[in-house]
Amino acid sequence: MVRKEAMRMVSALFRAGNQGISASWSVGGTRLKSAMPEPSQPKDEDLHAKDGKVLHPHLLNENVVKTQYAVRGELYLRAEQLRKEGKEIIFTNVGNPHALGAKPLTFPRQVLALCAAPFLLDHPRVEEMFPADVIARAKKTLAAFKGGVGAYTDSRGNPMVREEVARFIEKRDGVSSNPDHIFLTDGASVAVRLCLNAMIRHERDAVLVPIPQYPLYSASIRLYGGTLVGYFLDERRGWGLSIEELRRSLAEAREEGKLVRGLVFINPGNPTGQCLSQENLKELIQFAYEERIVLMADEVYQENVYQDERPFVSAKKVMYDMGEPYRSHVELLSFHTVSKGTAGECGLRGGYVEMTNIHPGAIEEVYKCASINLSPNTMGQIALSCLVNPPKPGDPSYELYTKEKASELVSLRRRAHMVTDGFNSLEGVTCNFTEGAMYSFPQIKLPAKALEAAAAAGKAGDVFYCLKLLEATGISTVPGSGFGQEEGTFHLRTTILPREEVMTSFVEKFEKFHKDFMKQYS
Amino acid sequence: MTSPDAPSTSANNGVAKARRAPLAIDNINRRVIDSEYAVRGEIVQLATKIARDIEDGKGSYPFDKVVWCNIGNPQILGQKPITYFRQVLALCECPQLLSHPNIRELFPEDVIARAQLLSKAIPGGLGAYSESAGALIIRQLVAASIARRDGYPADPDNIYMTDGASPAVHYMMDLLLRDRSDAMMVPIPQYPLYSATLTLYGGTLAPYLLDEQNGWGLDVGHLREQLADARSRGLCVRAMVVINPGNPTGQCLSYQNMRDVLTFCRDEQLVLIADEVYQANIYVGNKEFFSFKKVAAAMGLLDQVPLVSLHSISKGFVGECGRRGGYMEVTGFPEAVKDQILKLASINLCPNLSGQICCALMMNPPQVGEASYELYRAEKSAILGSLKRRAELLVGALNRLEGVRCNAAEGALYAFPRIMLPEAAVQAAKKIGKQPDWLYCRELLEATGIVVVPGSGFGQADGTFHFRTTFLPSEEDIGLVVEALSAFHAGFLQRYGGLRKAGSVVLDGAAAVAAAPAGPVEAGSKNGAAAH
Repeated sequence: MVRKEAMRMVSALFRAGNQGISASWSVGGTRLKSAMPEPSQPKDEDLHAKDGKVLHPHLLNENVVKTQYAVRGELYLRAEQLRKEGKEIIFTNVGNPHALGAKPLTFPRQVLALCAAPFLLDHPRVEEMFPADVIARAKKTLAAFKGGVGAYTDSRGNPMVREEVARFIEKRDGVSSNPDHIFLTDGASVAVRLCLNAMIRHERDAVLVPIPQYPLYSASIRLYGGTLVGYFLDERRGWGLSIEELRRSLAEAREEGKLVRGLVFINPGNPTGQCLSQENLKELIQFAYEERIVLMADEVYQENVYQDERPFVSAKKVMYDMGEPYRSHVELLSFHTVSKGTAGECGLRGGYVEMTNIHPGAIEEVYKCASINLSPNTMGQIALSCLVNPPKPGDPSYELYTKEKASELVSLRRRAHMVTDGFNSLEGVTCNFTEGAMYSFPQIKLPAKALEAAAAAGKAGDVFYCLKLLEATGISTVPGSGFGQEEGTFHLRTTILPREEVMTSFVEKFEKFHKDFMKQYS
Repeated sequence: MTSPDAPSTSANNGVAKARRAPLAIDNINRRVIDSEYAVRGEIVQLATKIARDIEDGKGSYPFDKVVWCNIGNPQILGQKPITYFRQVLALCECPQLLSHPNIRELFPEDVIARAQLLSKAIPGGLGAYSESAGALIIRQLVAASIARRDGYPADPDNIYMTDGASPAVHYMMDLLLRDRSDAMMVPIPQYPLYSATLTLYGGTLAPYLLDEQNGWGLDVGHLREQLADARSRGLCVRAMVVINPGNPTGQCLSYQNMRDVLTFCRDEQLVLIADEVYQANIYVGNKEFFSFKKVAAAMGLLDQVPLVSLHSISKGFVGECGRRGGYMEVTGFPEAVKDQILKLASINLCPNLSGQICCALMMNPPQVGEASYELYRAEKSAILGSLKRRAELLVGALNRLEGVRCNAAEGALYAFPRIMLPEAAVQAAKKIGKQPDWLYCRELLEATGIVVVPGSGFGQADGTFHFRTTFLPSEEDIGLVVEALSAFHAGFLQRYGGLRKAGSVVLDGAAAVAAAPAGPVEAGSKNGAAAH
């Protein structure tokens, strides 16, 4: 019985695809016929198992194996190991403010706590423990989250929060924003990956990415089987983005037969910290329009700006200000997060993408992909809600909230200066000022002897330097090679996140190590 | 501009030339378009629209609310969260409460102690990225509880915390699938996460059928046939998925059956992916949950069968779907492969911390003697007891409907009844290019507001029709659901000419022979003329 039904079943599955009433596996099934090797070449058993192992590293998806992710690469693993051995490690390899002692903003956390434990709202003493606006906000949020924080939301995120994000964008940019084009995600990384997955079809599809870049882009593009096409930021001009360089890079990619689908830019820059001027953004938008390329604006550091000449301006605002044909034609994906800014809520995993001028059919497909993971986590959504719709003047929490944010921002600005100045005072080190974001990305001129020693150890020069730094000081950084750098130059990325009270000693530790290193290898 | 391996037409369309959008429906990744995910498919989108209309006072519907039976999302239907979990989470989310002078009036002592421990042990608290595999303390707590559950040790380095269980499935697909000739054996009916991700990652689904006549049993002889069949088509079958307790089918595997599956995987060199997210949801006294890990350990097969066990905070009596917490435990995986998993996890930085903590709490609930124990125990047994009553009520009612037969829901959160449909309904569906069970489900939604998922989204034997419904509406509501469903069903049969008339049953020639005995006894005889 079972067998008969099974055979019928299987044939039905494959038939279904032809009839166009397919469920997904039948799609795979029908394709199978064309994709399958000829019967005369039976699939090599070696493809299935090696050394008696199905799960052999040589038999994994090549895209997985070839993917590199430096932020948590060799240096990070060594640092984790040292930490387990009891050494004190200063984790400046990743922008993770709370791990270095930053305190969470009070207002969002109070709202989160009441949303997590709504029964507290009925407690007679709740008003002694929480300000009135926190209580009101928690009630409003719980009413908007049907089933509370324990229920799946819409796969794009809760409608109220998407509405709040849209209003935040409208207020920031002075142009309209449609909540149906905003998808909430578990951090911005997920949003970036959703979009790249939809864009990339095969190896010929390429995405322009700045070099140095944030390795999320190189890793995801590799993982989805596409091609990364780098364009260099100009270190001598404060990591400036030049359109000539973009054109050169695009022409070269097209020469090689690539279909350039997207262009990533990070503003303020990661790891490079530069803030783009309005003029520069205009050129970018015009370029994207002329070349028919989707703009991917990584704007997660929009709050982290430490100079006054070039305040943050969103790509969307610039595009709308440019008027037609740009405002209705340039396809723009803009990413934001709760992990950065002054909140630094990395562990809550909240973020969003806003899609402007994206084909509705493509948005539908992204929606479907989001739905395969059901929904973004509710705490991240609520944190985002609190940050895009913060307490207003007159609300009991307003003063504290404003003060907490301002003091963190001022402190970050001071730390940006301390780190840059520290690096620039060292022999053989040059460092552009961290205009924005959370990182410093100094260039280090390594002596010939150090390069020889690195080669002997089978390491790149900057990896060698960073490992030595880690062993000597416990400072965990990321070598420049993980982000990409011009050949023959060496960099490292450190965050500017150590707290102010330990920053002096952090800089001193660095200085001492660097002097010793230079002495040893000169 | 031309490349030797000339890509498909759709790729050429993507070339940036005059005013063609770079991102349009016809030039995005085909695998994305081909993925289908019925649990949140077209019917659910229609339901979402109706729910919004009702809220805005627009449109007119013969019901006043949408009842979401399409998805195991208990709290949206009124299930209350477990107090202890939420208390600890609230304190971890707002640790400054811990130093408030009135704290002891609001929270029991063991809650405070647990929150203090976790806040201290998680570097940077909830607002910091944890290790990409999950915070060490969380993985230690999870490993310890797995060891208690199975009686065999568990290693925190084999545990990867995830945002719900779904990311674990993504990781496995991403790791194992190299091209379309790589396949995974997946039960039919299945949870569409598997078919959707298989398509998304470019692999092939090699089906094995669960036997509806035998309570959706898993027959190892059949597995062997299906594997041979897949291999004869040139497929490289890399893994087998087992969902236990079953989704959508609700069956619990016996110990012996699990042994057979493990032997099969060892003999055939398959990775076993054990979806065990419903392990706390078992409603029949003669069945018990065993993890595949435990059975494999008892058989001495841990080194021989690479095993992935998935768990989640979304199901069970916990039902914390929105928190997105879960884990996978891998055993028999080479270190080099685990490094690859860690790398994949690291690209998303880390799973959310609230979900991680909730998972650790689920696995390490209050113990006898602790302040929260009594309440915890009472809440847990109330939810599980009520789920059992609702499962029985719903399945019983379904079996009383004409042309409907439903196996007992031994576990999980779903009933998956088989429905006979009138020929006219089948024709009507065909006319609009839809599956007959899709038509049934859409009309059910439009008539009653009840959202269920057509069986075609899960896979079913040819010519048979099913739908999946949760039994999660509250005890007050479920009676109404049953009533509305029964009235709709009778009306539907009537509207499409009924099942009784000779020649009216929906069975094509081939299917009729095989399927009739599986049909409801009365329907089988009533429809004898057509069926035999």
